[in-house]
Amino acid sequence: MTTHTSVLAVPHPAKPRSAFVAALMKPVPVIAAIVLAVIVIAVLGAGVWAPYDPLANDLANSLAGPSAEHWLGTDQLGRDVLSRLLYGGRPDLGAALLVACTALVVGVPLGMVAGYRGGRIDQFLMRIVDIGLALPSMVIVLLVLAVFGNQVIMGYLALGLLLVPPLIRIIRANAIAIRSELFIDAARVAGFSDTRIVFRHILPRLVGSVLVQASLIASMGLIFVSGLAYLGFGVSAPDPSWGTLIAEGAQITRQNPALLLAAGGVLGVTVLCLGLLGDTIRDASVARWARTPSRPSRIRRRRSPGDAAGAAPESSSLLSVRELSVEYGSVEQGQTVVDGVSFEIAAGEIVGLVGESGCGKSTLARAVLGLLRGGGVSGGAVSFEGVELTTATVGELRELRGTSFAFVSQEPLVALDPTQRIGTTLTDAVRLHTGSGRREARARARELLARVRFPDPERVLRLYPHEISGGMAQRIAIARALAGSPKLLIADEPTTALDVTVQAEVLDLLRELRASEGLSILIVTHDWGVVSDLCDRAVVMYAGQVVEQSATDALFHRPAHPYTAGLLASNPSGVAGGATRLPSIPGTIPLPSEWSTGCRFQSRCPLAVEVCGQGPVPLVQSPDGGTSRCLRVDQVERDIWSRDLVRGGAR
Amino acid sequence: MLTLVIRRLLWAVPLLVIVSLLAFVLLGLTPGDPARSILGPQATEAQLEAVRLSLGLDQPWYVQYWNWLTAALSGDLGTSMSSKTPVLAQLNSRLPVTLSLVVGATLVSSVLGIALGTYSAVRGGALGRFTDALSMLGFAIPNYWLGLVLVALFSVRLSWFPATGYVAFADSPSRWLLSIALPVITLAVGGITMIAKNTRDAMADVLTRDFIDVLRSEGWSESRIIYRHALRNAAIPVVTAIGIFFIGVLGGTVLVETVFAMPGLGGLAVGSTERHDIPVLLGVTLYFCIGVVIVNLLVDVAYGLLNPKARQS
Repeated sequence: MTTHTSVLAVPHPAKPRSAFVAALMKPVPVIAAIVLAVIVIAVLGAGVWAPYDPLANDLANSLAGPSAEHWLGTDQLGRDVLSRLLYGGRPDLGAALLVACTALVVGVPLGMVAGYRGGRIDQFLMRIVDIGLALPSMVIVLLVLAVFGNQVIMGYLALGLLLVPPLIRIIRANAIAIRSELFIDAARVAGFSDTRIVFRHILPRLVGSVLVQASLIASMGLIFVSGLAYLGFGVSAPDPSWGTLIAEGAQITRQNPALLLAAGGVLGVTVLCLGLLGDTIRDASVARWARTPSRPSRIRRRRSPGDAAGAAPESSSLLSVRELSVEYGSVEQGQTVVDGVSFEIAAGEIVGLVGESGCGKSTLARAVLGLLRGGGVSGGAVSFEGVELTTATVGELRELRGTSFAFVSQEPLVALDPTQRIGTTLTDAVRLHTGSGRREARARARELLARVRFPDPERVLRLYPHEISGGMAQRIAIARALAGSPKLLIADEPTTALDVTVQAEVLDLLRELRASEGLSILIVTHDWGVVSDLCDRAVVMYAGQVVEQSATDALFHRPAHPYTAGLLASNPSGVAGGATRLPSIPGTIPLPSEWSTGCRFQSRCPLAVEVCGQGPVPLVQSPDGGTSRCLRVDQVERDIWSRDLVRGGAR
Repeated sequence: MLTLVIRRLLWAVPLLVIVSLLAFVLLGLTPGDPARSILGPQATEAQLEAVRLSLGLDQPWYVQYWNWLTAALSGDLGTSMSSKTPVLAQLNSRLPVTLSLVVGATLVSSVLGIALGTYSAVRGGALGRFTDALSMLGFAIPNYWLGLVLVALFSVRLSWFPATGYVAFADSPSRWLLSIALPVITLAVGGITMIAKNTRDAMADVLTRDFIDVLRSEGWSESRIIYRHALRNAAIPVVTAIGIFFIGVLGGTVLVETVFAMPGLGGLAVGSTERHDIPVLLGVTLYFCIGVVIVNLLVDVAYGLLNPKARQS
């Protein structure tokens, strides 16, 4: 299995420079660089390649269209358009270079000082920047030109300075980000001087963003400078520049449109190439310094397979998940992350879905809800009261959502729309599910808040999400989920983000709701405390598969899979006492691309023997009535991890 | 909210002072005879004397500035050096033209940009890449050149629009619309693509947030989630982009009013630069800065309306 072609972008330890070069070596930037080089060389060598003198009149041949002698035709005075275009690039490119250099020479050091030093200097500079950003550049440049009697170079310098404020801002932000990284602190602790830190550590990492800004400023400068030339502030009459050529071209569009199109075209193409190069450098420097490459953002959504509907047999349970598989990545190159999972939830039952992070439990919960992002169900079936969900249409799913099953997410504070009051969110939910009027919905929202133990619902309704605590937010999320009187609540680590005391409150609330409304709950967790406290049954997942499923009591009393035993042993609340130090499971959960064809846990398992690696391990009945995916299920004991076993078969 | 508005208005004071000071400081820093520097070597002694007199160049620059400032505060921006008419009257007669163009271009690019950006964020794929490419193109095409091409095509070739000139709204609303159509399109093209790109990025970001999933799990329709929730949360960077675009368009009028021979403030600035009419140029600069201040204020108010958190801080 090759990890590096995997579509689930796995952080690979590629050397920064090669990633940087790889990001640059794409067709678009390479073409842009070549085109830009061709333009610059053509303009610089105008004296060599231009077929005619750009100032040579030929009145007999004025306003001629493109021909073999004059590729782009001639202007009113019979001058060769191509030659004038080649010579005309010199003043524009030169001025753009001057503008860019002025801006960079002033802006980069100031930005670095502001970002690295902070404090008073930073505050002062940012004041200036604020004012600078509000200046209408074009008019200021005209003012400068008027004062200096049209000495155009003063205008270019002024333009360069006017482009400094945004530059300071960006360089400052980058310098702050770099400064706050650990290795800078380390360098400081090691006693390196500020200058050394700036030049050795900060400057090299700023190169990318400085180059991006340089290309942006050069292209803006070019547009600006040509505009000034068009207005008549630049080279004087017979000498060509791209801006004046555009003005001349506009006069003769009827006779020879080539001049207007070519002058604007070459200007636009130059700016475009600079912009494309800037974008590429930005992407490349992000790729170079990023710790973990971001996931590919565009992933095709797949259709659920046609066999799904037929696969589910009639069952008396509320929710039935059968052989459900989920893939991420493209359809051709899918990566299975949930692999043939089956379990059921009966009415009024609370089931815990347990495992380390990365085992696929949250993905499974999202697949049941139809909320997968960038992935899709690739096999199996999910039925709710006999209705198949994996092949349901969006409309059919919407009918069930909120009223049949509801969702409580892991981070309660970001589960709320930050722009809406709690009251709006709750009454909207009530109105969606019950179709009631505004006032009724408000009353029901108050009831729901009282139901989740808010003493003053009216006050809470008026609050915004940024005004409440995580514990409040999670109770509100539960109230919201109850708005449609669902039969099943799917909660993804509902207590992980909360304080211990608030955790207990939320669990207590869930237990009470089950008792009073007969609510079924599927709770995703990695906390055994939650399982023992709340759940009737637990489904333990490892590497995308269910490895054990059993009633909570039996599971705690006698785990039937070494992984469950290991999790229990490493869980502080599971230790009954006696053990002096917490054992933990050595190794880490394997990535989907590294899953073995045999038992996926064998490399970390104290009981592993040769046969474990030889083929897929089936689920078998465990002694206590559950199921276990272990060939040595009879040998599993709760204390296998604290015994000094000879780890046969382990790596 | 009110304190926010007041803070912004107070912030405008140093901006306006610095901008107006700029011209006088530059004049003061110019080595030699500032009047000579303004008019160039060919100027006659009479012309030089006229400039010295109108700008008060015989006094130190700070005295000149103080005189200008006290007069400006009482509504007197001086007299034009070339036309000898009051600057304020000249500016006010040209303001409606520039306002029509700038407000028109901002409206057109906001509406089309947000629509295109939202659509491409929701649809993604090829349309998203198309929006990216378009925004590159919108950035690369110089707007004055685009204006010239539009004139050549739609006015000269097809005669659909008048090539140049401005008709006041009060005179004829329909001809007013025709007269500003091409310049507004010219100014708006860059804005449409820039705002579309910002909307697309902001929407794509918001659509990955948890609360969107929770809304989906609640059973809302995708279109309501997008319009009622995602768009509003994505609006802050978009409003920022619109504000930046507006400031850019103010500068853009300088070129575009010249292309379409519009009697607005931008065109006035170009003419005044050629004529070295510093009082008028100073007035235009001041008007533009006030425009920027107003837009920044509106952007801040919009932040407050869109984001409850910003309202309180």
